[in-house]
Amino acid sequence: MYAQLVKSDGLKSREEMSPEERAFQDRVDNGEKIEPKEWMPEGYRKTLIRQIGQHAHSEIVGQLPEGNWITRAPTLERKAILLAKVQDEAGHGLYLYSAAETLGVSRDELQEKLHSGKMKYSSIFNYPTLNWADIGAVGWLVDGAAIMNQVPLQRTSYGPYSRAMIRICKEESFHQRQGYAIMMKMASGTPEQKEMAQDALNRFWYPSLMMFGPSDKDSVHSAQSMAWKIKMNTNDELRQKFVNETVPQAEYLGLNVPDDKLAWNEDKQGYDFSEPDWNEFFEVIKGNGPCNRERLNARVKAWDEGAWFRDGLNAYAEKAADRRKAAPVAAE
Amino acid sequence: MAAETIPPGAGVKDPFIGDDTLRPAFFEWLCRMGDNALILGHRTSEWCGHGPVLEEDIALANTALDLIGHTQMWLGLAGEVEGKGRSADDLAYLRDAMKFRNVLLVELPKGDMAVTIMREFLFDACHHLLLSWLADNAKSPRVAEIAAKALKEVSYHLDRASDIVVRLGDGTAESHDRMQAALDLLWPYAGELFAGDEVDSALQDAGIAPDLTTLRDNWDERVRDILDEATLKIPDTGGYTHLGGKQGRHTEHLGFLLAEMQFLQRAYPGASW
Repeated sequence: MYAQLVKSDGLKSREEMSPEERAFQDRVDNGEKIEPKEWMPEGYRKTLIRQIGQHAHSEIVGQLPEGNWITRAPTLERKAILLAKVQDEAGHGLYLYSAAETLGVSRDELQEKLHSGKMKYSSIFNYPTLNWADIGAVGWLVDGAAIMNQVPLQRTSYGPYSRAMIRICKEESFHQRQGYAIMMKMASGTPEQKEMAQDALNRFWYPSLMMFGPSDKDSVHSAQSMAWKIKMNTNDELRQKFVNETVPQAEYLGLNVPDDKLAWNEDKQGYDFSEPDWNEFFEVIKGNGPCNRERLNARVKAWDEGAWFRDGLNAYAEKAADRRKAAPVAAE
Repeated sequence: MAAETIPPGAGVKDPFIGDDTLRPAFFEWLCRMGDNALILGHRTSEWCGHGPVLEEDIALANTALDLIGHTQMWLGLAGEVEGKGRSADDLAYLRDAMKFRNVLLVELPKGDMAVTIMREFLFDACHHLLLSWLADNAKSPRVAEIAAKALKEVSYHLDRASDIVVRLGDGTAESHDRMQAALDLLWPYAGELFAGDEVDSALQDAGIAPDLTTLRDNWDERVRDILDEATLKIPDTGGYTHLGGKQGRHTEHLGFLLAEMQFLQRAYPGASW
């Protein structure tokens, strides 16, 4: 998903909970939605801010690898589709920042934390888009992996987050189909196009598997988040589901999943597959991925260079408000 | 490349399609309409992911998307009028700079947001008047139909650009200075929108396109009102205007833009995407 390694406190047992916490947990267990002004444990609020904030940042930074090909899209129709898609991602960022704001944190505060490196975004966006098929692979695999995580989050306990997810999932499943449509065109195209498609799958396969986060046995933050229903499935469950769904799609395209150990396992009714290189994952999270610096610099530059623009609009709004105050009857 | 979308009014009988006398001028004129939308859409799309604030990023991507949609319609019709089987994509991706017919204004680099917004404003103020005339008066039903569709979107582009010009012009000292610098840069290019030649005359005589002098008067009035409200001054250029784009003589910038835009079509000829 777009939020990895979100920190939360350790799981509290029922005996350790205060009466308020117990009542809160009962509501979550009963499937009730928690709404912004209702009481919630501080840990719940903080974990949600981290998770929703990280998700929002991922949508915004995620514009960059795809935006990289807007000016080189091969046809007018592809250009229009890609523009519409990247604009959707910005829209998702907007809903999610708005959902986070209901928890008492402003969009500016969250963005400042992104720019200063205190908050992260999904590791996947630190990989480059090198050929046109990458735009297909991002839609197919990256949006596909995101959907695996986001569909269950439509049922998450926090109302605004759940409602944002419902809207986002509708658009994401459309994105995934457009990505797969590009892959179909490329995989059935000229030998060069097929080579681009295979190259894209080779580079995006393992980073997509990493999107689900490290194995559950190494994931220290999952238990409390699962009890609060802000995480609905374990990382390994979702990764397995993703592989099971994606491998036949790759076969249909006539492309090879870059994993020698990939094999159908009749007993578990799922594929056995190789783990991604978790050292690489942690390096990327630390800032050593191929595009970490470029991505963050691009966002910081956009923000810094946009300061005069935002200040100008604010100054005008203040002047306009003063003018209205100075002439209260003018409009009558 | 096959045309992938059916342009509006494709089933409508248009007496001007197949008119051999008008064909060369009509084709040129449609390329001008399509190329302006394409090149401005391309420049606008360069902002995607890099806007000064999220809402603006979304608005710019939307504007670019509308313009690419207009391109598909105008260049699609241009290909039909030409009658040589070229699609909108063929025209967009397989012509070199000297065959492009956009005004110089739209190909200049995107600059800062002041240049981007000021350009959009100057262009849209003209585009809106032109499309309004075409939608109501063009004797070619296909042209009128495309104009009517594009007009809905361009009305919004113009409202939005005018509003931001006023706000930034009358915002902080810095936003004012940047907007003034953008106006000083772009003003000498705006006149090309109204500089008529034999193509414009032929289309005007056929009742397809308006008289550019009347258009200019209306544009002047509208633009001056907004710039006034924005506390910006129109520079004194002594009436000088940069010309040439409509006839295919461009700035150095267009070649680079096309090299980027046309890369895949040029590197892999005949592939389907």
